[in-house]
Amino acid sequence: MWRRLVPDRAAWPRAGAGVGPRGGGVGPATWRGIHRPPTGRPARPRERGGQAGQRDRGARGLVPQAPTWQALEEHQLPERTEVTPDMIDHLERLALVDFQNQEGVETLAKAIQFADRLHLVDTEGVEPMDSVLEDRCLYLRVDEVTEGYCAEVLLSGASQVVEEYFVAPPGNIPLPKKEERESFGVQNCDW
Amino acid sequence: GERSCTDMISQMAFFSVTKFYDYRLDICYLSSVYCSNCIYRHHFTVKNCFSSSKSSWVGVVGLEVHAQICSNSKLFSGSLVQFSAPPNSLVSFLDASLPGTLPVLNKRCVEGAVMTGLALNCTINKRSLFDRKHYFYADLPAGYQITQQRCPVAVNGMLTYNLCTGKNRNQTTLKSVRIKQIQLEQDSGKSLHDDARFQTLIDLNRAGVGLIEIVMEPDMTCGEEAAAAVRELQLILQQLGTCRGNMAEGQLRVDANISVHQPGEPYGVRAEVKNINSARFLARAIDYEIQRQIEVLENGEIILNETRAFDYKSGRTIPMRDKEGKQDYRFMPEPNLPPLIIYDNKTLPSNVNHQQVVNIDQIREQMPELPSVKRTRLVEKYNILTEHSITLMSEDGLMEFFETVAENTLANPRKVISWIINEFLGFLKQNNLTVRQSPFKPLALSELLDLLEKGVVSSSAAKQVFTEMCKKEGKSASQIVKEKELGLLQDQAKLEQICQSIIENHPKEVSEIHKGNWKVLNKLIGQVQKATHRRAAPNLVKAILEKKLS
Repeated sequence: MWRRLVPDRAAWPRAGAGVGPRGGGVGPATWRGIHRPPTGRPARPRERGGQAGQRDRGARGLVPQAPTWQALEEHQLPERTEVTPDMIDHLERLALVDFQNQEGVETLAKAIQFADRLHLVDTEGVEPMDSVLEDRCLYLRVDEVTEGYCAEVLLSGASQVVEEYFVAPPGNIPLPKKEERESFGVQNCDW
Repeated sequence: GERSCTDMISQMAFFSVTKFYDYRLDICYLSSVYCSNCIYRHHFTVKNCFSSSKSSWVGVVGLEVHAQICSNSKLFSGSLVQFSAPPNSLVSFLDASLPGTLPVLNKRCVEGAVMTGLALNCTINKRSLFDRKHYFYADLPAGYQITQQRCPVAVNGMLTYNLCTGKNRNQTTLKSVRIKQIQLEQDSGKSLHDDARFQTLIDLNRAGVGLIEIVMEPDMTCGEEAAAAVRELQLILQQLGTCRGNMAEGQLRVDANISVHQPGEPYGVRAEVKNINSARFLARAIDYEIQRQIEVLENGEIILNETRAFDYKSGRTIPMRDKEGKQDYRFMPEPNLPPLIIYDNKTLPSNVNHQQVVNIDQIREQMPELPSVKRTRLVEKYNILTEHSITLMSEDGLMEFFETVAENTLANPRKVISWIINEFLGFLKQNNLTVRQSPFKPLALSELLDLLEKGVVSSSAAKQVFTEMCKKEGKSASQIVKEKELGLLQDQAKLEQICQSIIENHPKEVSEIHKGNWKVLNKLIGQVQKATHRRAAPNLVKAILEKKLS
């Protein structure tokens, strides 16, 4: 699905580059860049314990009334990441998935390039936001037993059960070695 | 070719070395290069080829200790925490990672971590964060563990411990190890490997139990230091009540990061020895691993950055085949948990529900006396040796036992100590009992020591009484003395009679004494004691014999 979002020509909003907001449909077919408020970098409200109403007003003021974007040339992006066989092997082991063929690898390379444009966003002095919940209170539970004792229900979803145990394959099944994989001859590919 | 790689690496001594040493990410390497001969990446220590082969290697040991928090329910769910329950009975939907479940943090676990942090002289982070650490294993159904990697609950602490030194291990040296951080995290489930049927049985009862991970800096140099540090940590946790500390039940698990280097040189490549479940094995595993690494390096080979397991039967460490290659845990912020905010008296908000507040100052006030403070108090109050205070603290309940005995007897505390260490502990070890399981109550020992102190029984008879008391429950020391006629023989006439017969039966010794060799008198005293089953009052016997022979 995401591949359809990849623009034919990379587009990037640059301050003062003169690409104004464009009305109309911004669907996947016409998607061309990253939306950005007209007044430069958005400042994320970081104050804690302020009144909710105030915060809401502040946040509303930062939301642009109309979408904006700017064209981005390929040369503005960071250097294209080379997807090495070692990297593929590493990712396949981590994810326990097989990229299967050259097309899959190219898709990955494009996905990385797609994400690369985020490097161009000016985040100087902006603290990273982990979660939209980060200025909320973390609820603390009293140390009481309120759950459990439902082995039967839990095990009813298991494909295989021995007594009251789930049954799993022994240890982790590693992916077969590169040379042993039939579907995709890594040594033959040209990247 | 292993050999050719080694040769290549030794030729690379001129390469400049950048040092990476990151404990949290489980990565430590001094440098890495691609070896053109065998395409594998080698982590190696650059060694000066021109240095003499005679070298003085030093072990570098850092520990990661996982302590199960002693709480009723799990870290993020309300299921019961208990050892050896029926499989999968203590599992909530969250523990089984069913979709749609969310973690809810247990306040008691936070308090436990803060108290542990305070006891280890840490700085408590008023704002700490949770992260996800990813890895695939069947007993980790979510595919990740919630932990605190970036900003843990406590940092920069110090653990002080006593190391037994000297020939008879009767001297102690005070040592310390820096605590890098203390983090809250989830335990995993348990895997039971059934090799015969080629399957693994999964029990999730332990999945989600709260753990305190204590990460120490590599400040130790040998197994004994590490074991002593772990024992002290165990005592502290037990004293605080934040962890029961039973290593056999896995409530306290230790991973050791071990490397060797030559003083002044950068640290060597480290190997990690995982899941050691006793202090004794920890010491053995570390010492074996240090020796192994020295031998490998002396042979001109390289140390692999790998995970090893300790085989207690052979006393060796062996590579673990389970995890291959470098781990990449793909840490990311836990999106379902906002930051954990901890308060102190100064920052305490006035309008917050007190059930939602963890207050550092309040926890500090509730903290029980720490083992080190208790030891100092014992030494000062009873005028006993530091070594003895360490022994008293090393067994759960022994210190209380000692104090009760000492408070209820006329005997000197030092005498009480020697009885407790030599007789009482010996009895417990022989019968494989803990102090609390002992049928022998402290007041019974007080009574026995009183009898000894008052001169009613000799010290050897007292030991007999002790043995009898261990056998028969419920009988007091004085009852046994009466029944077995173990009381001190102080009857002058009777003793004179016994001495007389001993003199008559040992003419050779008597003539020696008459020649002026009074040392032989001890032999006669011994004979009298033998005849009286060691019940004769020693001073009386000596006086009678001297009178009769002079």
